[in-house]
Amino acid sequence: MALLEILAYPDPRLKQVSEPIAAVDNALRALIADIEETMRAGPGGVGIAAPQVGHFVRVVIVDVPPRKKSSSHGRQVLVNPEITEWDGMVIGREGCMSVPDYTGNVIRAERITLHALDEQGLVREFEMHGFEARAVQHEIDHLDGFLFLDRLVSRRNDLFRRKIYQAPPG
Amino acid sequence: MQWTMVTVIGNDRPGIVARVSAALFEHGCHLGEASMMRLGGNFTIMLMVGHDGDASEVEAILVPVTGPLGLRLHVDRIEGHLHDHLVPDVRVTVFGADRAGIVAQVTGLLAEAGLNILDLESDVGGSEQAPIYVMHIEGTVGEGLERLRTALAGLADTGIDIRVEPIETLIG
Ligand SMILES: [Zn+2]
Repeated sequence: MALLEILAYPDPRLKQVSEPIAAVDNALRALIADIEETMRAGPGGVGIAAPQVGHFVRVVIVDVPPRKKSSSHGRQVLVNPEITEWDGMVIGREGCMSVPDYTGNVIRAERITLHALDEQGLVREFEMHGFEARAVQHEIDHLDGFLFLDRLVSRRNDLFRRKIYQAPPG
Repeated sequence: MQWTMVTVIGNDRPGIVARVSAALFEHGCHLGEASMMRLGGNFTIMLMVGHDGDASEVEAILVPVTGPLGLRLHVDRIEGHLHDHLVPDVRVTVFGADRAGIVAQVTGLLAEAGLNILDLESDVGGSEQAPIYVMHIEGTVGEGLERLRTALAGLADTGIDIRVEPIETLIG
């Protein structure tokens, strides 16, 4: 296993769209182990995406411990993850290992349904909410070349105003 | 880099920030963190300006901009630096009928309960006859969230609504 270098914004490679994994094999599992080790070495990281360490493939790892008000699935490796349903909107504060010393508010879906392959190549489906759903959305964004910076909202209350006074889009 | 804190206040009009920042840029100053707000129809801004010279030099750069616009300018040398963010772990929202002393009362209790305020903004809404007061505070309280809730519980009787929510920052 090895610690990998974490790309930091404004590295243009973070804007790249990552490629799907064709086959879940030992080489991929070795890469996943390195990515996970890198995540665990970071400060408080609950998730990481392969492109953050310079591998532009659709693999993310999340590990959100269950909390008082919010259940979670613990450590999950998600290969070729795809969110199929979004529900609700919630604002929350995010930072990123690829964006040191900056945190900001981002709107995410409160609940998501997703499917992905696991480390063995088996299809898994999840329903997630709250902090875990936020983590997965943050990581899948990395696969599509987005950072939380792309989704920042004002630290002030325009979200709440918008939510109350404006009809939802569409 | 030597930092100064530049404060500019006065009647609001479009283009103030652009003119102030252009003058600073043209004279080789760096901009750090800044906060601009409209308070009571007034333009207010505080900005960190990096300039390796005397504070009076920064003032001399800005007077030609602020003077003709009728803005008041204040420049202080500060001990400060970038990359020194504290991440808030609690948000306190306070609202109720506006009356004298709300801020002092609430922030006094918060300070006693160990809250370090990082960000505070408040607004008066409602009507002139029935003004309402809304305040958002973000800060750090560490393990003391429950202590904070307990400290504020007594205010419920006074007609002030208070919400205390943890802020969990996702790092991913
Ligand atoms: Zn990230």
